[in-house]
Amino acid sequence: MVAPTQENSAPLIELRGVTKVYGVGQAAMQALAGIDLRIDEGDFVAIMGHSGSGKSTCLNILGCLDSPTSGSYLFRGVEVSHLTRDQRARLRRFYLGFVFQGYNLLKRTSAIENVELPLIYRGVPARERHQIARRALASVGLEGWESHNPNELSGGQQQRVAIARAIITGPSVLMADEPTGNLDTARSEEIMQLLCQLNREQGITVVMVTHEADMAAYAKRIVHFKDGRIESDVQNGRNH
Amino acid sequence: MFWNTLLLALREIRRNVMRSFLTVLGIVIGVASVITMVTLGKGATQQVATSIASMGSNLLMVTPGRRMGPGAASSAPAFKVEDGEAIAREIGSAALVVPVASRSMAAINGHENSSTTVTGSTNDLLALRSMTLHSGRTFSDSESRAGAAVCVIGQTVRDKLFGSQDPVNSRIRLGALSFQVIGLLESKGQNSMGMDQDDIVLLPLRTFQRRISGNQDVSMLQVQIREGESTEKAQRDIRLLMRSRRRLAPSEDDNFNVMDTKEITRMLTGTTTMLTGLLGAVAAVSLLVGGIGIMNIMLVSVTERTREVGTRLAIGALEREVLMQFLVEAVVLSSSGGLFGILLGLGASLGLKNMLMVPFIFDPTIVMIAFVFSAAVGVVFGYFPALKAARLDPIEALRHE
Ligand SMILES: Nc1ncnc2c1ncn2[C@@H]1O[C@H](COP(=O)(O)OP(=O)(O)OP(=O)(O)O)[C@@H](O)[C@H]1O
Ligand SMILES: [Mg+2]
Repeated sequence: MVAPTQENSAPLIELRGVTKVYGVGQAAMQALAGIDLRIDEGDFVAIMGHSGSGKSTCLNILGCLDSPTSGSYLFRGVEVSHLTRDQRARLRRFYLGFVFQGYNLLKRTSAIENVELPLIYRGVPARERHQIARRALASVGLEGWESHNPNELSGGQQQRVAIARAIITGPSVLMADEPTGNLDTARSEEIMQLLCQLNREQGITVVMVTHEADMAAYAKRIVHFKDGRIESDVQNGRNH
Repeated sequence: MFWNTLLLALREIRRNVMRSFLTVLGIVIGVASVITMVTLGKGATQQVATSIASMGSNLLMVTPGRRMGPGAASSAPAFKVEDGEAIAREIGSAALVVPVASRSMAAINGHENSSTTVTGSTNDLLALRSMTLHSGRTFSDSESRAGAAVCVIGQTVRDKLFGSQDPVNSRIRLGALSFQVIGLLESKGQNSMGMDQDDIVLLPLRTFQRRISGNQDVSMLQVQIREGESTEKAQRDIRLLMRSRRRLAPSEDDNFNVMDTKEITRMLTGTTTMLTGLLGAVAAVSLLVGGIGIMNIMLVSVTERTREVGTRLAIGALEREVLMQFLVEAVVLSSSGGLFGILLGLGASLGLKNMLMVPFIFDPTIVMIAFVFSAAVGVVFGYFPALKAARLDPIEALRHE
C-alpha cells in the first residue's frame, strides 16, 4: 500500500509533462499533450475549457482512476503514475473523494446507506458508520432525509448526498466533474456554496471541472484547457 | 470485511426480492426433489428392512440361480420337492421346509375376474408367513397328495370375485380349470413393499404343478430354522447338501443361493438404493440447470449495475472486494435457494409419507450435502459474472448508461 507522506515542501498534487493518448496507430487520439500543474493543499481549482479539451481526462488522472501515458504525477511527493490497479484503489479510498455529474448514487438504496458506502470499504463498524453518515448528511443540509431513496430526492439533494458520500472519509482532495451540470442555477449555486464551505471549513482541496463561468467564479483559481494543454491558469479575483 | 460483504450482498438481494426468488427457483426445485427422493427412498429402504427383519432372523430362502442378479437363473436347474424333503431330512435344525411355486394369472368367478398371484405350496406356508384362516379349512393330506382342485383365497380375491359373499364352497376358475374354494384367509393388508398380501390364491403344490405349471419345479424353498440354532451353520449345511444333490464339482460355482434375511434385505433394498441414486442424479442435473440460471441472472445484474460497480471502484473498492461482493451475492442466493429447497423437500416428504406409506426418515447427511452443493453451485456459476464485474474499468463503468 502506498502511503504518501506529508512533506511540507512537496505540493499536494504535481503533474509534470503528463500526456494521455487514447487508441493506437492511426486511431490514436492525444487527449492530453503535456500538462504541468501544481495544486497546493487547501486550494479550490476550477478547470474550464471547450468540450473535448481534455478536462475529464485530466481529472481522471488526478483522481487516480486512470494512468497517464507519459509524464509524472506526484501525490504529496510520491510518484503515483505507475501504480497498480489495487494501489490506485487504495489511494482513492484513503485520500480522494469523487462527485460526478450524474450523482451515481446506488439505486433503491437509502441516502444514509449510500453515504456509508466508503466507510464499509474502510471497515468501520456499523454503529460508528451510522453516526458518521448521519453527521455527514447533516453537514450537507439533509438532516431528516436519511431513509429516502435517490428516486425520492431532487437532483440538488441527490448531489448533496453524493457530496456527503465523498467527504465522509475526510479526504484530502475532492474531485468533481461538472457537479452542477444537471442542476438549475439556484441548485447549482447551493452546491457551489457547499463546496466552498467544505474547502474553507474542513480544508478540503477541491478540483472541479465546469463549463459555466458562474460556477468557476466560486473557485480560488481557474485553469483553462485547450486541445489537451493548459491555456491559462489564473487566481480568481473574486474574494470569498 | 466478510460481514460487510455479506451485508452488501443481503442488501442487494433485498432490493430485488422477486427477481432473486425467480433466480433461485431452479435451485429450490432441484434441492427439494433431491431431498424428497432421498428421504422417501431411505424410508422405503428402512421399511423393507424392518419388515424383513420382522419375518424373523431364522428364515432361509433357497433359490436357483448363479448369483442374485437377474438373467443368471436360466442356466440353473430348478429345485424339486425332493430337494425340500432332503433338507427336512438331513438338516437337523430345520423346523419347517416350505416349497413354493407361483405364477400370476386371472381368477374368474362368473363375470368377475381378477388378476392375482397363484401360489402352490403346503399348509406350512401359512405358519411361515403367520397367516391365519378366516373361515373354511386348509388342505387335507389327501388333497395335497392327490393334487385336488381346491384352493384357499385371500381377502382381496374374495372382494373382487365374491363381494361380501362367503366364498367357501363356491368355485372359481383359474385358466381353463375350475377349483373349489375351501378356505378364506384373514386379511393381512399391504406389506412393506406395497404388495397386497391378501391378493393370493393358494393351491396345494401338487395341484399347482399338475394343473397350472405342468412341471415338477418349485421356484423357492423356504426354510425356518429352529429357535436357538445357528442360521449360519444351517446355511452352510444346506449349501453343501444342495451342491452334492446337484452334483457340482468342487471347481464349479454354486448354481443356487441360500440367503438369510440379511441378504434378502440387502437384495431388496439394493434396488431401492439404486433407484434413489438414479432419481438423485436426475435431481442433481436440475441443480446444475439452476446454477446456469444463477449465472445468467448474475451476468444481467452485473451489466445492469455497471455504474454501481464504477462508483464502488471510484470510491476505492479493490478488485477482489467487488469480486467477493458478487460472489457472495451468488452464494447467498444459491444457498438460500438450497435452504428453501431443503425445507420444501422435507415438507413434501412429510406430506407424501402417508400417501406412499413409507416412514419419514430425516437424514442430516443428505441435508448437509444438498446445502453445501447448492452453495457450491453459487461459487461455480457466480465466479465468472463476479470476475467480469471486478475487471471493469472504473471510468468506462461510470460512463455506462
Ligand atoms: N476512452 C476514450 N477513448 C478514446 N478517446 C477518448 C476517451 N476518453 C476521451 N477521449 C477523447 O479525449 C478527448 C478529451 O476528452 P475529455 O473527456 O477529457 O474531454 P472534456 O474536456 O472532458 O470534454 P467535455 O467538456 O465534453 O466533457 C476527446 O477528444 C475524447 O474524444
Ligand atoms: Mg468531460
